[in-house]
Amino acid sequence: MIGWHGKGEGVKDRVRIAIVGSGPAGLSAAGRAARLGMSHVLLEKTDHLSDTIFKYQKGKHVMATPSSLVLRSDFDFDAGKREQVLGTWEEQAAAGAITVRYNAEVTRIEGEKGAFVLTLKDGGTLEAEAVILAIGTQGNPNKLRCEGADLPHIQYQLDDPTEYIDEHITVVGTGDAGIENALGLAADPAQGNVVTILNRGAEFARAKEANVKLLTEAQAAGRVIVRNETTPAEVRPGQLVLDTRDGQETIRCDRIIARTGSAPPRKFVEDCGIAFTSPEREAFPVLSPVFETTRPGIHVIGALAGYPLIKHCMNQGYDVVEFLNGNTRLKPADEPILAEKFAALPGSRSVDEWLELLGSRIEIFRDISPLQLRELMLDSGVAAFRKGEAVFERNEIGSSLFAIAEGSVAVEVNKDDPSITVPIAQGSIFGEVGLISGRRRGATIRAAEDLIVVELSRSAALKMMATAPAAAKVVNRISIERQLLQIFGSGLTREDVAELVDGAEVQELRANEVLMKEGDEGADIFIIRRGSMIVEREIGGKPVFLSYLAAGAYVGEMAVIDGSRRSATVRAAIKSEVIRLPGEAFVRLLERKPQLRRKAFEEMERRREINAFVEGRKENFSSVVDMYSQTAQFLVDNGIGEATDVLLIDETLCVGCDNCEKACADSHDGLSRLDREAGTTYAHLHVPTSCRHCEHPHCMADCPPNAIQRGPDGEVFIDETCIGCGNCQRNCPYGVIRMDSVPPKKPSILSWLFLGKGPGPGEPSKDWRKKHAEGAEKPKQAIKCDMCAGIDGGPSCVRACPTGAAIRVSPEAFLSVAKLAEGE
Amino acid sequence: MATRTTTGPVAGREYRSDHEGFLRHRHFRWLKIATLLSVICIAAYFLTDPRPRPGGGTWIGYTLGTIGALLIVWLSLLGIRKRAITEGRWSLKAWTSAHVYLGLSLIVVATLHTGFQLGWNVHTLAYALMMLVILSGMFGIWAYATLPSALSSNREQMTQGQMIDAIRALDRQLDEAAQPLARGPSDLVLEALGEDPFAPGLWRRLSGNYRNCATQKAIEGLARLGDQDAAVERVEKLLVRRKAHLERLRRHMRLKSMLEVWLYVHVPATMALLAALTAHIVSVFYYW
Repeated sequence: MIGWHGKGEGVKDRVRIAIVGSGPAGLSAAGRAARLGMSHVLLEKTDHLSDTIFKYQKGKHVMATPSSLVLRSDFDFDAGKREQVLGTWEEQAAAGAITVRYNAEVTRIEGEKGAFVLTLKDGGTLEAEAVILAIGTQGNPNKLRCEGADLPHIQYQLDDPTEYIDEHITVVGTGDAGIENALGLAADPAQGNVVTILNRGAEFARAKEANVKLLTEAQAAGRVIVRNETTPAEVRPGQLVLDTRDGQETIRCDRIIARTGSAPPRKFVEDCGIAFTSPEREAFPVLSPVFETTRPGIHVIGALAGYPLIKHCMNQGYDVVEFLNGNTRLKPADEPILAEKFAALPGSRSVDEWLELLGSRIEIFRDISPLQLRELMLDSGVAAFRKGEAVFERNEIGSSLFAIAEGSVAVEVNKDDPSITVPIAQGSIFGEVGLISGRRRGATIRAAEDLIVVELSRSAALKMMATAPAAAKVVNRISIERQLLQIFGSGLTREDVAELVDGAEVQELRANEVLMKEGDEGADIFIIRRGSMIVEREIGGKPVFLSYLAAGAYVGEMAVIDGSRRSATVRAAIKSEVIRLPGEAFVRLLERKPQLRRKAFEEMERRREINAFVEGRKENFSSVVDMYSQTAQFLVDNGIGEATDVLLIDETLCVGCDNCEKACADSHDGLSRLDREAGTTYAHLHVPTSCRHCEHPHCMADCPPNAIQRGPDGEVFIDETCIGCGNCQRNCPYGVIRMDSVPPKKPSILSWLFLGKGPGPGEPSKDWRKKHAEGAEKPKQAIKCDMCAGIDGGPSCVRACPTGAAIRVSPEAFLSVAKLAEGE
Repeated sequence: MATRTTTGPVAGREYRSDHEGFLRHRHFRWLKIATLLSVICIAAYFLTDPRPRPGGGTWIGYTLGTIGALLIVWLSLLGIRKRAITEGRWSLKAWTSAHVYLGLSLIVVATLHTGFQLGWNVHTLAYALMMLVILSGMFGIWAYATLPSALSSNREQMTQGQMIDAIRALDRQLDEAAQPLARGPSDLVLEALGEDPFAPGLWRRLSGNYRNCATQKAIEGLARLGDQDAAVERVEKLLVRRKAHLERLRRHMRLKSMLEVWLYVHVPATMALLAALTAHIVSVFYYW
């Protein structure tokens, strides 16, 4: 066996297994290989183990979720501080006789199973029978592309800005990283650095506003030199040649810090001959149950395989080496979790039998690999219902997708008469409308016979659709058909709408993109599938806001029915998706179905009335209408278009007492989720920094433990499995998520009032928290508004407002021209 | 704008955007109740003819006194309600609305309770303190009804923290820009920089009158220098901007103080009132 060689001497040139990347997955794989006595080498491109975790900020609390998953690895891992986690691994790597080669970046993998040749960046090569790729998703920083880009004074990271003194330093790139580096280097004038930052454009499009402001200020004070529309042309020792708008220029430069983003590792992986499930950005490599890719002999595990949590990674490292060692009977570590899930179902089948059954029966699972299905099931639930039981009720909040494994269901399409139902058969899906639009359930669904369903959480379903295009297609078609049936309501069958479905086309709209223009001819009608639309008319040369249409509504039918021109302009409030339906097919459908025709005419009449109302008011209340239009536009600009429930403050009533913030803190462990004063204001209507509970929450996009969910009242909340990574905070465009740890408990309000104990109502001060900390500080987690879910009486910010300034509204209620009539 | 809306077909839970201020709460429900209470009290007072003369000792006097005392205790509980964020379907706005109108009706109830017998004693002290509390409360109603929109317009989407940061940022620039200046002008700048916007007392803050503003003096001082080089001009521009920011912050602090200052009378006077009320009640029953 080969011993521990920090610098990599003594590494054999031919090994059984080459493991690329020394993160949790790679490390665990190497640990298992060492324990089994398999010849191996762990290739790490930096000079230390586990670079991603190494780069966490000092003292960061690393969490170990999901807690139900057992750890199966030769390395220990428990929640704790970054240093502690890394220290343990470092020790165990040394003790476990793992062969590591540092500064070994793999650039190419050639050969085939049994005889791979890995080429390293330094030109060296290495032979291996099998390769395990555990390179994560962090990627490599983009290198400078100009002459002299390989000189040693170029660096791609800045660990400690106070390290450098009296240097001429040039930062390339004006994203947040670049700006923060430049500001850090120039922060202390005593360091005597001359800091220049190069911006390729004239604006700072990729950086946070606050950072741009600080940079502009630093520039005004002469602490940082900002060069716009400038790129590096040539790097020389001690000098940098710049391409500026007015030609080339040479400046003194002792150090270059390049922060121009990073390239995802996908290209490298594809270059190795490994296929991905789809061209979508979210797709992962195609893998067999033993983590083998489409190129035999190369295995992919960890975040790159779609498992971002540390425990998953470590288990896979262990498993993949066991598989390579010929242990085919090894069950994945998640087997007990799945077994527990399936145990609740009738019929005693093993996990494998269940997976086989689901995979073969359910239409959307047909093209999914067993490994993917396994993972999908981990994020999903299974449930059995007796005949007649409701799976969900109309108007419930829910964004999960159901697939029928056994039995069938009946959809109660008419809310007034539950006896009218439409069946959905075994193998099909339901609940997809909530998944796509983020809105409430449109109908009650009951088991028509004894039923077994799989419930896929929204994120699991979206991941599946991104990775399996065939599944996405099925979901899409079914959802269009169902949406049509739901909107046009009673009496229609699948056959009736088949012509419309065939002609349907999904169209994406950017925010503010016009769907139809007043006065244009148009023959199509549109269903808003996700996002929302603004309807406006031009009156007296000004656009007047007529109404706001949320997902699920349809528009454009007036022109189709009576052949007139478009009576109003419709544009997207936010990035939206509409289904375009051919007008003639719709007209034919109306002719066949007089009931539907009557309904459509009624709806049209209602819209005409609104138009007439605005037209009529224009003469008398032009300023009121103007004001209303502008206010509505302001709200839409502030993200109300994608909100489902938002806190507004009427500043003609707000006395600035901050009782809303205090109430918020006192209802939620002493931390306020709301910043009243911050935020934008128009015409005394203030949108504070507080969660809008978006239809399609940006925060949910990239949550490793999937801790962000939509609750039963429509609230978007973060549960206790949060690992504190801060992704949601960065993804939220409205800045409403903060990272903090729960402060110690306060004495009661009465003992504060009469005895002066504790910090009083509201969020306790930092000092008080420090003084009264019980033991170690709790880890920081993401916190945000949960609409006071589970608190009787509803949101405490509104209840605690003494003047009635704070109101919570849903946009469709607030942004309706009908408000004008009431508001006078 | 007083509206109530329920949403259309999409939302299942009923969203109520009860958009009414505390004065108009539920179509002036508490104004109506308070008026009714006052009318009943006045009617009862004038329709009865107590012997030997009207006052706290008659049965109508005891009734009015009991109502008044209970009202006072209940009104003072607003302070606890505001801070105790318990579960339940209460609304602080409803409480404020009731507090305002029932508090005003106390003028009628308590005055009739006295039977217009006032003197230099603990009883009249309680009455006087109550009137002080009510008067300060009336100022509060005026402030709450008129100042918020001014506060909102003045801050122009800036938070107080941002206002201070803006001044700090200008100060840093001033500090650097003033380096080339001669002794005299730079002393003026230094004095302006040394000025703490929060230092002046409450009176100054409320009046909004800052006669000895060092920034203003520095602007005038630099203007007197006459012919100027670029450095002086730059400093002057920065000073003018500092002045503008300073004025915004001062207006902000003035409005905020006016929204708060009356509470410094209202609340302590309430405490004193509760004490005097206790003394009043105890003494009445003791000497019965």
